[in-house]
Amino acid sequence: MKMTGAQIIIEALIEQGVETVFGYPGGQVLNIYDELYKNSHRINHVLAAHEQGAAHAADGYFRATGKTGVVIATSGPGATNLVTGIATAMLDSVPMVAITGNVPCDLIGRDSFQEIDITGITLPITKHNYFVNNVEDLAFAIREAFQIARSGRPGPVLIDVPKDIQIALTEFENEPIFKKFENSIAPDEKIEAALELINAAKKPYIYIGGGAMGAGVEEGVQELAEKIDGVIGCSLMGLSAVPTDNPRFLGMQGMHGHYASSMAQNNADLILAVGVRFSDRATGNKKKYAKNAKIIQLDIDFAEINKNINVDLGIYGDIHDAFGKIAKGVKEKKNPEWMEFVKGLIEKEESSYIKTDKLTPKTAIDIINDTTTPETVIATDVGQHQMWAAQYVNFKKSRKFVSSGGLGTMGFGLGAAIGAAIGSNCPTVLITGDGSFGMNLNELATAVSTNANVKIVIFNNGVLGMVRQWQTLFYNKHYSSTTLARKTDFVKLAEAFGADGYRVSTPEEFSKVFKTAFEKDGPVLIDCAIDKDEFVLPMLPPGGSIDDIIVEKEVDSDE
Amino acid sequence: MNKFVIAVYVENKFGVLTRVTSMFTRRGFNISALTVGETESPEYSRITISMEGDGYARNQMINQLRKLYNVKKVELLEPEKSINRELMLIKVKNKTETRQDILSAASIFRANIIDYSAEALCIEATGEPSKIDAFIELMKPFEIIEMCRTGIVALERGSGSILNK
Repeated sequence: MKMTGAQIIIEALIEQGVETVFGYPGGQVLNIYDELYKNSHRINHVLAAHEQGAAHAADGYFRATGKTGVVIATSGPGATNLVTGIATAMLDSVPMVAITGNVPCDLIGRDSFQEIDITGITLPITKHNYFVNNVEDLAFAIREAFQIARSGRPGPVLIDVPKDIQIALTEFENEPIFKKFENSIAPDEKIEAALELINAAKKPYIYIGGGAMGAGVEEGVQELAEKIDGVIGCSLMGLSAVPTDNPRFLGMQGMHGHYASSMAQNNADLILAVGVRFSDRATGNKKKYAKNAKIIQLDIDFAEINKNINVDLGIYGDIHDAFGKIAKGVKEKKNPEWMEFVKGLIEKEESSYIKTDKLTPKTAIDIINDTTTPETVIATDVGQHQMWAAQYVNFKKSRKFVSSGGLGTMGFGLGAAIGAAIGSNCPTVLITGDGSFGMNLNELATAVSTNANVKIVIFNNGVLGMVRQWQTLFYNKHYSSTTLARKTDFVKLAEAFGADGYRVSTPEEFSKVFKTAFEKDGPVLIDCAIDKDEFVLPMLPPGGSIDDIIVEKEVDSDE
Repeated sequence: MNKFVIAVYVENKFGVLTRVTSMFTRRGFNISALTVGETESPEYSRITISMEGDGYARNQMINQLRKLYNVKKVELLEPEKSINRELMLIKVKNKTETRQDILSAASIFRANIIDYSAEALCIEATGEPSKIDAFIELMKPFEIIEMCRTGIVALERGSGSILNK
């Protein structure tokens, strides 16, 4: 059937199973938006306040549902506004398809109004991208974009479509969805070698990242830990894969990881790393990282093996397959000494928690844990609040943590929370800080217009807390540009956008307000007054090792 | 630091070279030379990359190239198992007192005089990069006016094609 390029875009999206797209209209996507208008009963469009918010929403949509997020923006500034969102998705291996309009082909290269080379700009931050200058290539480009975004190690793909291509006519017939590229299967010798190492281990530590969730080995990880009498730790991206209350789960390791998790990793004699990239924030000083352990690295991306640290055994291939074979082949064993040692670490960690009746990040998150359901999605921005959420939130189900890990994008949270809430239909709590929230708070408009079930909890300390913490520790308390002398009234702000807002300063108030807010449908903002000198601890200083771990706050950070 | 040569088959499509070179910048690879050209198949172009670096840089380069979607084949060319050639055009001052020396050197290096004027000689030399280096050294005393090198093109010895490996 003959269709215009714009019709093909919508038909191909529907063919790919897309139910919701996020975006913002503009001159060079008018034809696409006209088709969205005509097909609103078949595909839902969520209008964001800013293209960046739309991109983060498409990202959060995937993280909470496992379904590829789609974002549409116009040419020029519309397209460049997507850049941070696409980069965030790239660094966290999130599949996303971004569709941008561009000026008609005969105006390309002439610095026309709102013309920008977005395929050039996004080259290093996409898995692949397309500039479609022939309408006959359009359907294939969209189908292949989804295939590339979803296959292997996922990532964002951008398709730039000039306006005349959206208008041009060509034949279109529906086709079955392209199958994902087949993953390599790890050779048996590698599995054998892994079994030998694991069977010989007396202190095993299973270290999981985002790749473990992507491969669907959440259950397998827990069974394997049981079988080999080992413990589980994770990177930031691996959070929520294993329920927090699993007794073998020690939590996130790394720069701001749990004491027990980082210490256990450092003392382990075997680390089975599943879908992690050993980022600098996770390892600290690479020369001193996990010196006592044989490291087995399992990854779907061959370029990750030995990229950041030299491993003893790198296994490249389908993680689900390789992990399954390892879990099946490994010998059952008991490591009472190791478990006793880990128990000591956990006790030491727990004894360091200071009981308080003040409203602190921990007391607030404890209340959130007591109130939310297992289905609740927890989204964050970036900074201290993100680390507190990573440390203290009690996860019960997989894909419930939505946070920008690799890129560390402040301003990610609100858009992502909206996308997660809309996609998953689950209540979503955004834990954020006043700094991060200030970056993209315009998306409150979207939360209200879509009545997104997002509860916004702002840990408001009036400072850029994470940077301040570094200034306190490493820059002689020179609080350069981190004290926010703002007078933003977040309650009035919420009300101005048409949402409910509350201000609390004690755990009792927060508990009452949060419980009421959680029962309600739609967006609610809670402004929580937090002390500005609350630290994220423990902390491995940048470039330091586990020997340099800071567990207690010894410095007085008064100005 | 070692020198190595990598041969890459890429889809013969718009913008593919940019994808490859943009990756070099992003990953901080330092390339000494790069050549691109047609191949036996109209679908593919062949890029030959010469680079200096350690084993880590070499492996990363190969892995990151393989990840690019338009890249079909990446192969490290072992020096002892491959033939490397480079072409150079070099223009030197043409003076009566040095002309014979230049012509003798060119003859020994099997280089051809391809342009001759009262003030300058233009010479074409091909061979292994080390031979080209040596020829440049020889020409330096005669005053080099201008020169350019193509960078390495390389094939594996024997009957195979890396595309079918």
